[in-house]
Amino acid sequence: MCWINDDGPMNEIILSSRVRLARNINKIPFPSIVKLEEAENVIKQIKEAYENENKNFDFFDMKSTTAVQKQVLLENHLISPDLMKKGEGSGALISNDKCVSIMINEEDHIRIQTIYGGLQIRRAWEEASKIDDLLEKNVQYAFDENWGYLTSCPTNVGTGMRASVMVHLPGLNISGNINKILQTVVQLGLTIRGLYGEGTDIVGNMFQISNQITLGRSEEEIVENLTAVTNQIIEKEKEARSLLISNSKVQIEDKIWRSWGLMKNARMMQSYECLKLISDIRLGVDLEVLPKIPLEILNEIMIETQSANIQIKYDHELNANDRDIIRAEIIRNKLRNME
Amino acid sequence: MICEQCGKKAATVHITKIENGKKSDMHLCDQCAVASSPFHMSPTFTMSDLLAGLINSGSVPMNMDVLQQPKCDVCGLSYDRFKSTGRFGCSNCYTVFGERLNPLFKRVHGNTTHTGKIPSKAGARIKTIRLVEKLKIKLEEAIQNEEYERAAQLRDEIKQIAANSKEGAADVLD
Ligand SMILES: [Zn+2]
Ligand SMILES: [Zn+2]
Repeated sequence: MCWINDDGPMNEIILSSRVRLARNINKIPFPSIVKLEEAENVIKQIKEAYENENKNFDFFDMKSTTAVQKQVLLENHLISPDLMKKGEGSGALISNDKCVSIMINEEDHIRIQTIYGGLQIRRAWEEASKIDDLLEKNVQYAFDENWGYLTSCPTNVGTGMRASVMVHLPGLNISGNINKILQTVVQLGLTIRGLYGEGTDIVGNMFQISNQITLGRSEEEIVENLTAVTNQIIEKEKEARSLLISNSKVQIEDKIWRSWGLMKNARMMQSYECLKLISDIRLGVDLEVLPKIPLEILNEIMIETQSANIQIKYDHELNANDRDIIRAEIIRNKLRNME
Repeated sequence: MICEQCGKKAATVHITKIENGKKSDMHLCDQCAVASSPFHMSPTFTMSDLLAGLINSGSVPMNMDVLQQPKCDVCGLSYDRFKSTGRFGCSNCYTVFGERLNPLFKRVHGNTTHTGKIPSKAGARIKTIRLVEKLKIKLEEAIQNEEYERAAQLRDEIKQIAANSKEGAADVLD
């Protein structure tokens, strides 16, 4: 996985940066109403264009890809829930390093996605733009001189660009400042999605922040704006973390060591519990309460303990109980040599 | 009055169409009016045609609104349907629905004009226009600063770009 390494800038707070570009082909009906034959033709054109310069990728046809395989791609952020629901006439090109995925005939004919570790929004945009140029050689884009790139949904028209960062904010959450920050971010015209469990509790302190406006702002402005806001959030989170350790050292250490104990010893682990504990471990590593566990290992745990990622390694169908046992085992193995 | 199309039933729908300043009347029966609803008449039917088409009959069997709604001639999506689903059917819908989309874009994005990337193929014309605009500003500056040699160079450059433009010089130089 592309973003999983622990060399991304600011990765003690920012997990990944992503850019998605929506593109369509002129005069061909959008995927919701396109005829199968034309849809297949779109796939062919995009595949050819991409193949010309990139050899290291896989194509997943949504008709022949199994439900579990699709779920794995979804869990790994390589396809969207909408594409997963689709069958014949749609698919995804995914680079072997998993930095690039091109969804074909999801809501738009083409959705280019790039993802990198840490705070690298600009890099994600530049890479996506390169692929965009590459694909345009083979197709005639739907583009209007006034409205920019034309998309199936009016909320994407213009740049067709959604840039986002996945941020980990335990400091702000534990210190009770998270809502203030989130409100400010929304007021700045950005969108926030949190991972919520049962009820309204935020699970794992993970948030995805993305731009909302795609018309009337250039890609450059979107990148700069999101980067600037993210940098400010990083500052606040760092402040919150250092206040926590100076004001409530023992309480924080206790919380982190308890989570560590559970991760190292549990025999059954539910996925929500796992996300909560990983959040504590990440915080513990950053605050130097815990030994220097490579973030790569923690990212691997996050990915590999998801339900479909577990199921895909087995021939028989697992139930939730089986998965909880296997999940705990994966975690213990990954952390075995960390003391 | 007898229906112009089938010559059998009584004409109950009277359509006045103004196209390129020319007025033409059509008198049709209910059935023929539905069958030859202006949206199906020509594949290049656009919103301006539609606005020009006036219906004046006391016995119109169809909803006036339906007739006045633009409908995409590529994918068949009507503006009414678009308003209820919020999804376009194809890129041509944008052209057909035209300026009535701007209030929606204004609401969603606070803007109505794209300022970002321009694709090299699909945006070749606008790219050339913007480049020429830039050069013209430089040309003005050069003239004002009495840098006549530079001005001549810029003028040649603009001419060259215009000559190379596929759309023809006139379009770009406007
Ligand atoms: Zn008739
Ligand atoms: Zn259409």
